[in-house]
Amino acid sequence: MSKGTKHNHEPLIHITKRGNVSEGKAWGIRILSIVFSLLVCSVVIILLTHYNPIQVFKAMVTGNFGSLTKVRSLFQNLAMLLCISLAVTPAFKMKFWNLGAEGQVLVGGLASAACMFYIKDALPNAVLILIMLVTSVLAGIIWGVVPAVFKAKWNANETLFTLMMNYVAIQLVSFCIMYWVPSGSAVMGVINMKSQAGWLPNLFGQKYLINILIVALLTVVMYVYLKYSKQGYEITVVGESENTARYIGINVKKVIIRTMVLSGAMCGLAGFLLVSGTNHTITKETAGGMGFTAVMVSWLAKFNPAIMVLTSFLIVFLQKGAGEIATYCRLNESIADILTGIIIFFIIGSEFFINYKINFRSKHKEVK
Amino acid sequence: MKKFTKILALALVVAMIFSFAACGGTKDDKKAVKIGLICLHDENSTYDANFINALKDVQKELGLTDDQVLIKTNIPENDACYTAASELVEAGCTAIFADSFGHETYILQAAKEFTNVQFYHATGTMAHTEKLDNFHNAFASIYEGRYLAGVAAGMKLNEMIASGKITADKAVIGYVGAFPYAEVKSGYTSFYLGARSVCPSATMKVTYTNSWFDIALEREAALKLINDGCVLISQHADSEGAPKACEEKGVPNVAYNVSTISMGPNTAIISSKIYWAPYFKMMYEAAVNGTAVPTDYTGSIKDGMVQLTELNTAVAAEGTQAKLDEVKAQFEAGTLNVFDTSKFTVKGETLTSYMADVDSDDKFTPDTEVVANGVFQESKFRSAPYFDLIIDGITEDTASIK
Repeated sequence: MSKGTKHNHEPLIHITKRGNVSEGKAWGIRILSIVFSLLVCSVVIILLTHYNPIQVFKAMVTGNFGSLTKVRSLFQNLAMLLCISLAVTPAFKMKFWNLGAEGQVLVGGLASAACMFYIKDALPNAVLILIMLVTSVLAGIIWGVVPAVFKAKWNANETLFTLMMNYVAIQLVSFCIMYWVPSGSAVMGVINMKSQAGWLPNLFGQKYLINILIVALLTVVMYVYLKYSKQGYEITVVGESENTARYIGINVKKVIIRTMVLSGAMCGLAGFLLVSGTNHTITKETAGGMGFTAVMVSWLAKFNPAIMVLTSFLIVFLQKGAGEIATYCRLNESIADILTGIIIFFIIGSEFFINYKINFRSKHKEVK
Repeated sequence: MKKFTKILALALVVAMIFSFAACGGTKDDKKAVKIGLICLHDENSTYDANFINALKDVQKELGLTDDQVLIKTNIPENDACYTAASELVEAGCTAIFADSFGHETYILQAAKEFTNVQFYHATGTMAHTEKLDNFHNAFASIYEGRYLAGVAAGMKLNEMIASGKITADKAVIGYVGAFPYAEVKSGYTSFYLGARSVCPSATMKVTYTNSWFDIALEREAALKLINDGCVLISQHADSEGAPKACEEKGVPNVAYNVSTISMGPNTAIISSKIYWAPYFKMMYEAAVNGTAVPTDYTGSIKDGMVQLTELNTAVAAEGTQAKLDEVKAQFEAGTLNVFDTSKFTVKGETLTSYMADVDSDDKFTPDTEVVANGVFQESKFRSAPYFDLIIDGITEDTASIK
């Protein structure tokens, strides 16, 4: 209260910024927000369906951990989402709004599929896979760097540009499938089913293990790159203020283009893993919206690769849980989407409560 | 904070109270054979709804619990399909059915891995060449159903001509197709032949959405056809886009898979559909008794897999039901062939020979002569359709390919 006022016209609620919140308290608030979100979900479940919320939550857990296949698929989905989230992170940290991850992943996947389709088993598998990896990464780079060059040279709006590139990529995939499949079914199906040419092998007899290990390694590398490397520091400075960056002698254009090369390359890699290590086919849905979900994963984790492991786990957990609810409770997946929405809403909301404090007007304060 | 604690306690109590309403059915101690269904979309797609509803009919009829009938929805045509199949196997299903064309190669992978589980796949083409004991394809002679639906459409065109609403040469049908694929082409050709059998001046325009399920595109395509002068619309695409557009414009519509009377009470005439319940029952009985289901099965009017939905008498022309009964009887007696080569021409010529790509291969090589005894032998060499010609009277709007 300022000194001169006679009466307190204190509002019922007012919001103040918190000072430094301890990590422990911040996590306390986050956990509390999840507990509250589950309670709200319970009420919604009870009101909209006749099911017991505990059973529904249990279905979500068994949908993720109920069997070996489910756990394997959980980690596989987690790895892919994390990979794309890591890919968009350096660009976002630089405040370059790359909404084109979807397209960058798709063209990466398309490049791999094209190699599998044309080369077949004409080359040894290791050579073919290497060619696929290189072409996918190159394709991702091209899709990422074009908007970056336009941004760096002519300050073109990268949000729209990257977004539009997605549609070009989708149509390109459509066109290739039409061209490759003359029957008109628009379905490639598994490529090289008999020869398995271009398929990433199973490691220790486990499907997807190579994907998971590559992404785990990538997470560590990205963490170190952003936190400890000179380039990572440059990204942070450009993100905070381009003028400051220029003042201290950072070549902003170079950083923008270099970072988008990195971002595109990693998206291309994700496309390669999706085609060679997972689906062995290409469809318009190969990226499956992950290019956009990755934006949320990256933001929720505040661009910290280590936290991204948690946030992408959360999203994948909710998605897989949704499918289980649909199957075992005979509820449409829409109800699961509602629950996911509530939970994410609370989690994002919790950041507000970490940064700000809500003060209620207290009666005792009047007595001074 | 106290308030929060109160709310928390209250919510917990509410949760407890409702805890008796358990999710899923109770376990059946009898011979609990489990069936799994893998769907590309959920019941919002008319295509998938047709499978889901048929399976639910079977569940009701056989008195199965929800635990015995597991339905996985929104399973894309990629590795997720294999994962879904594996999960159903782990859940104890011994008969698993997948409903979308693109599921086939993934179901085939699962079939090779889980040899003690029977896998079934609709619209697929590979079972008759893969020759596995536990992998089956199924479809139905829906061209007969389409033909019947076409007869209803032709009757409506005749009514419009007779009432002076249009002249005979303006009897143009519009058709919203998904992809330029044999299943779609066979469907629209039989529909058109049915319509022309009663309304000889009928012609048809086909436009494609290049998607099996896209409400906005299907709506747009239907509106475009109506603008181009089509006076009746039918479709082979899986959403309510086209029927609703027709209702809006007051243009009669003939649908597929589900009755659309509720979407278009003033314009929906009838739908042809594949009713999957007889096949699902076959699957269930095979799982219980260990009997074998044919590797490649084509359902028909006789076994109840090809059906027409309820005729909307408020829209259909007078005498439609009688005419439908008459044509249906001809199908049942085997006296009528949809693809009788004397009834249509391709580029002005009668079809005397056609090599179709029946056996799947990488290069899509035509491998089988399918014209015999003056009839294009649709669905004889495999259940999935292979009639992919464009007959005279039908024009494809290729510019629509996006």
